[in-house]
Amino acid sequence: MGVEGIGASVVRKEDRRFITGKGRYVDDIKVMGMTHAHFVRSPHAHAKIKSVDTAEAMKMPGVVGVLTGQQIVDDKIGNLICGWAITSKDGTGMKMGAWPAMAPETVRFVGQAVAVVIAETKNQARDAAEAVVVNYEELPAAADIRAAIAPGAPQLHPEAPGNVIYDWTIGEEAATDAAFKAAANVVSLDITNNRLVPNAMEPRAAIAEYNEPEEHFTLYTTSQNPHVARLVLSAFYNIAQEHKLRVVAPDVGGGFGSKIFIYPEEMVALWASKKVGRPVKWTGDRTEAFLTDAHGRDHLTKAEMAFDKDNKVTALRVKTYANLGAYMSLFSSSVPTYLYATLLSGQYNIPNIFAEVISVYTNTVPVDAYRGAGRPEASFVVERLMETAARQLKVDPAELRRKNFITQFPHQTPVIMAYDIGDFNASLDSAMKAIDYAGFPARKAKAKSEGKLRGIGVSCYIEACGIAPSKAVGSLGAGVGLWESAEVRVNPVGTIEVLTGSHSHGQGHETTFCQLIAERLGIPISQVQIVHGDTDKVQFGMGTYGSRSAAVGLTAILKAMEKVEAKAKKIAAHQLEASEGDIVIENGEFKVTGTDKSIALPMVALAAYTAHNLPDGMEPGLKEGAFYDPTNFTFPAGAYICEMEVDSATGKSSFVNFVAADDFGRLINPMIVEGQVHGGLAQGIGQALLEGAVYDSSGQLLTASFMDYAMPRSDDLPSFKLSHTTTLCPGNPLGVKGCGEAGAIGASAAVINAITDAIGNNNLEMPATPDRVWHAIHG
Amino acid sequence: MSTVKLTVNGKAVSADVEDRTLLVHLLRENLNLTGTHVGCDTSQCGACVVHIDGRAVKSCTVLAAQAAGSNVTTIEGIAKGDELHPMQAAFRDNHGLQCGYCTPGMIMSAIDIVHRHSGQLDEETVRTELEGNICRCTGYHNIVKSVLDAAGRMKVAQAAE
Ligand code: FES
Ligand code: FES
Repeated sequence: MGVEGIGASVVRKEDRRFITGKGRYVDDIKVMGMTHAHFVRSPHAHAKIKSVDTAEAMKMPGVVGVLTGQQIVDDKIGNLICGWAITSKDGTGMKMGAWPAMAPETVRFVGQAVAVVIAETKNQARDAAEAVVVNYEELPAAADIRAAIAPGAPQLHPEAPGNVIYDWTIGEEAATDAAFKAAANVVSLDITNNRLVPNAMEPRAAIAEYNEPEEHFTLYTTSQNPHVARLVLSAFYNIAQEHKLRVVAPDVGGGFGSKIFIYPEEMVALWASKKVGRPVKWTGDRTEAFLTDAHGRDHLTKAEMAFDKDNKVTALRVKTYANLGAYMSLFSSSVPTYLYATLLSGQYNIPNIFAEVISVYTNTVPVDAYRGAGRPEASFVVERLMETAARQLKVDPAELRRKNFITQFPHQTPVIMAYDIGDFNASLDSAMKAIDYAGFPARKAKAKSEGKLRGIGVSCYIEACGIAPSKAVGSLGAGVGLWESAEVRVNPVGTIEVLTGSHSHGQGHETTFCQLIAERLGIPISQVQIVHGDTDKVQFGMGTYGSRSAAVGLTAILKAMEKVEAKAKKIAAHQLEASEGDIVIENGEFKVTGTDKSIALPMVALAAYTAHNLPDGMEPGLKEGAFYDPTNFTFPAGAYICEMEVDSATGKSSFVNFVAADDFGRLINPMIVEGQVHGGLAQGIGQALLEGAVYDSSGQLLTASFMDYAMPRSDDLPSFKLSHTTTLCPGNPLGVKGCGEAGAIGASAAVINAITDAIGNNNLEMPATPDRVWHAIHG
Repeated sequence: MSTVKLTVNGKAVSADVEDRTLLVHLLRENLNLTGTHVGCDTSQCGACVVHIDGRAVKSCTVLAAQAAGSNVTTIEGIAKGDELHPMQAAFRDNHGLQCGYCTPGMIMSAIDIVHRHSGQLDEETVRTELEGNICRCTGYHNIVKSVLDAAGRMKVAQAAE
């Protein structure tokens, strides 16, 4: 390994622009002649639009245009789509209601756009939006799952009777029922997985520019996958043809899933830029983010686990209601199904699993993938059950887990997944050692003598990352392939550009991807540049989410790199009059093994482009591309243990210690990997202790700002103790698995298990606020 | 409209702005200093923190007109040419940032914290004092490390001056 190669904690290349204030986020961009958009949004959760009067607004200073939902429908702009088809148990498809980019007739959640004002300045647009008069006829609303499925509930979409979108199952029902009948013990739990708001610190934004003579659009947008945005905008929304639309996602200030999807605002900006003949910019504010960014989680689950007399799990039965909000967002249907129920085996050998998932419409903002997407929900169910079982069966929670761990690989679960490799005991050992698990009873006793309640909570998670292969996901209903593309361009002077279809919005690709090239060629990372986030530069890509960038994106780069190396070796061999098989690459040079003959990379590159002296029949140039479609998911896994102290007088929980032992396969840059884990842990802990989107029964979002929605702040969190155990992923040549979501998947169960252990009451919902904990203690 | 005159990063500037204009918008829109970010509309996130006369202030909470006559320093103004401010360097070396969006506000708050505690910093103090800045990416672990590291570097830098 070179100093900047694979495995080195290289300081990030991208940081300089961020720490000096020179990052370039969408809102930082100005385009000549730009106008500003402000949306008129529904104050009601469910209402008929009787009329929209734009006359007064049109007369306001600076107003360039006021456009309504009816106009967008009249212009035949397509409805928003859901890209993953799920079939119900009765064989019917999803019952999907239409979602126009702006509502022409009916609004179904607070914040849904009804009209948009375009003006010279942002303030003028905002002022004029106040003057748009919308006459609503309020309808009764269903603001949560229970209200939506109750008899006589308000109906959201005529297509979905009873508000049920689909009723889907996985696993063997009869065998599972039989195992429950034969069980020595059964453990059951009702679980609410609270609704979260992603809250990337950069609000969503878009700038759309229409070039009339060329009939060409440019869209700057806060996106995690610009190519998929272009594909969907062109193929389904009738806004622009794919070759007439450039999508640029420059620096993006965090995504966590919320920036995967196509949103109405981007569609409207594009459409409006053509309508008004001027570039249109929209930047959301924080309250708009709360009201319109896809939320995450929101499950109601009844879960049961069956054990035999030796405390071996024999079956798991789960019935989950998933709230998808008022409309189906781009990947919403896949989250509570294939990303959730397929992970219900956890780290355990469970011979029988049966899960039923019923997705429902409610008058709330659409719900879609948020960090972990389905896997945190699954992990929470399994790890809460395990802990509950240990208490009920009166065995040590760690020992119960060990007894049931999968130890033979590959392992086929009853719910599709085939785990390729893992060593769950190693992670658990490492975490137990780090937290001094054996010493806990003494610490608990000491805390008790001081009047404090101490608890310890274990959570052993597994996740499925780098969703693949395309053929398999296609057969499960996905509307896209999940490969990745890359191109490696060696310039005539020997510098290298790597074009990738994945997208960095904080993950550090500009550094880690360069590390691979540095490793292969033995050159400094400063000689390599990553190009991403612009559909005019990179041919195609699937973006970044689901911890896919290393396992899929980086492997695509490796594949392209191998082609570059093969050609470069041919050129070097020719130049050095040696045999190709004798060429090795070291320190940026092509050497003939066993001799002192060598030629430096820039000379090979130059030879490729001058083409004066190349092997016969060789094409000039030195750039290669590759598409990589993995053969399986990757399966990162780990063990988190947290020790907490609860103040019984106030119900406040505080961290004594939080340890995380993860197996991510090979680490490209351990420093960056640890940073990803920290961030995930913060979101998992945030879910457990603080965060929750709350709607009142009329569908008003009560938590629509940082004053009402508790974001984890620095003094809410501990410093974390991390360790890594390693099994190399056999599914890709780099042996990498993915690390971006782990913390968010594993942390919440560890925290709730610790608090319920401390207070001696297992009945506690997330977020475990002091108020809830106090009531759980004092009844 | 009124004309607001102030000093930004050592340069005298003046801008014609509506009376309701906030300092953050004057910086971003009129002066093109886009390093100062907007992350919320309720003064909770701290992405917009700048220094006014040496003290950390949320620039989304100050009217541009209120800043008239003052000395404003933004993230663009703290490095000495190519030489990073010790706080900037510490954030980079400790991986105290990911997407970078909260980072300018974090760095400006952190510098003020170090100044006010003249070297007497520990983890708890940093965590308490950083409470007005939200980061969604880093879990704060490395931000806290960065600030503690920078506190040492800033002492050394001061001693050298
Ligand atoms: S933008 Fe100023 S505190 Fe959030
Ligand atoms: S680095 Fe992304 S919000 Fe802090």
